[in-house]
Amino acid sequence: MTGSMGMTNIIVKRELASYFSTPLAYVFIVIFLMLNGVFTFFLVRLYERGQADLLPFFNFHPWLYLFLVPAIAMRLWAEERKTGSIELLLTLPVRLREVVLGKFLAAWFFTGIALALTFPIWLTVNYLGEPDNGVILASYLGSWLMAGSFLAIGSCMSALTSNQVIAFILSVVTCFLFIVTGFPMVLDWLTDWAPLVVIDAVASLSLMSHFQSISKGVLDLRDILYYLTMIGSWLLATAIIIDMKKAN
Amino acid sequence: MIKIKNLSKRFDDFLAVKKITFDIQPGEVLGFLGPNGAGKSTTMKMITGFLTPTEGSVELFGHSIDKEALAVKKMIGYLPEGAPCYGDMTVHAFLSFIAEVRGFTVLAQREERIERVVTQLELKKVLHRPVDDLSKGFKRRVGLAQAIIHDPQVLILDEPTDGLDPNQKHQVRELIKNLSKDKIVIISTHILEEVAAVCTRAVIIANGTLVADGTPEYLESQSKYHNAVTVEVEAPVAQNALYDTLSQLAGVEEVETLNDTATHLTLIPKEGQEIFEEVGQLIKEKAWPIKQLYVERGRLDEVFRRMTQEVA
Repeated sequence: MTGSMGMTNIIVKRELASYFSTPLAYVFIVIFLMLNGVFTFFLVRLYERGQADLLPFFNFHPWLYLFLVPAIAMRLWAEERKTGSIELLLTLPVRLREVVLGKFLAAWFFTGIALALTFPIWLTVNYLGEPDNGVILASYLGSWLMAGSFLAIGSCMSALTSNQVIAFILSVVTCFLFIVTGFPMVLDWLTDWAPLVVIDAVASLSLMSHFQSISKGVLDLRDILYYLTMIGSWLLATAIIIDMKKAN
Repeated sequence: MIKIKNLSKRFDDFLAVKKITFDIQPGEVLGFLGPNGAGKSTTMKMITGFLTPTEGSVELFGHSIDKEALAVKKMIGYLPEGAPCYGDMTVHAFLSFIAEVRGFTVLAQREERIERVVTQLELKKVLHRPVDDLSKGFKRRVGLAQAIIHDPQVLILDEPTDGLDPNQKHQVRELIKNLSKDKIVIISTHILEEVAAVCTRAVIIANGTLVADGTPEYLESQSKYHNAVTVEVEAPVAQNALYDTLSQLAGVEEVETLNDTATHLTLIPKEGQEIFEEVGQLIKEKAWPIKQLYVERGRLDEVFRRMTQEVA
């Protein structure tokens, strides 16, 4: 008998294979790497900074993910709904949570692969200087966790509709909200009228503030927990939505 | 066996299925009939556990779909309406995925299963092509292959022959007939000849309610054409002589004229009466030159239309 982990594995395998059986995976990876290069070398001028670190590289990731990750996530459920394969999938002897988790993990591993392929940039700074590789490793982890949070949000939005474009737009907007909640302009606006607890709560919800501390090399358990909680909650919401809205 | 009890499904303010109750025994091939939108697919989706019933229960061999969903899903092979697949996968990769989820985790075992259904459904030459590139007929057969790959106790097929050419339809029907005799097969269709061809029992639903349940022969006997006799004679017989004489027969309820010169007639008997012999006798006496003479078992399409329109 296949255990729960085994079943999730089978789903992950199928999903990952399907990324690479279409041009989607290659297009995504190429664009992701190109944009990373453009941002890092032309916009921030990594060379001219004269510092051997990858801070400017990682600082762009939230904005890069804002558009690229919803593009991966939008098809997770919307496509299954559109083609009707959701009916096939959910009448197989699998649990809903295994499917939700499996689909998410496949997408997350996929962004992990894309992220890992940025290693030439890491090699470059190591060739040019002596960066703190511990900080860089922590930043990679933080970046990947953030991609995971965006994916979980995208998975939930994709579950809401059979239209991939709508799923994309909803995810971008929601992810954007989670980025900007930590920004001074939002917090300033809140300070006028909201109690301190609310301001703190809003600020701590921001994907950005947690990312910034990780990218400085501070691997705080609270930040990691924050991301894992984000992922967990959005996946739970995905499962609830799928369960409620199986038929269109 | 499958026990369906008071099954209802409500979508917002629309009641799609209204308190349907029936049992299905192993060995039965049940034809599920009804106009489009009658609730056939919705009922099937509840039996397979895809949709949760608003009310009522479904039990498969003592397991409730509600409480033991996994156990029930293992017993079922299901072809959803339109035979959806993962189009970017090849036929082999797709079947391999289904087999693995169905518990064939050992590679050799999986390959053996795939081999078997590929032979059964003649998929060999498209085995390594993406499902999206296949013709409608092949796609449908891939859908059927995934439904039978684990040799399920219960096979549920939503319009399995839709979009197939007559040869492929025949092939699918043969496949269904050849499934071993202790299985339950449920087929939804609106092709009535299919019911007569493969089903041992037919259930008609309309507007979400069950309006008929019986063997195909029983349904045919509900037709006003049950035991009707059709006669055609050579033209020389005087125009109305045939009509006038035959409509006088005691057992005849109604006569339908099938051509302008009234030499081709269908005689509909009074309820429960058989008139074939009577008609035959009469024709012999009059020495009419016969072109054709036959008795009908009944017309399913007429029964279907009458039963589904009564409730509409």
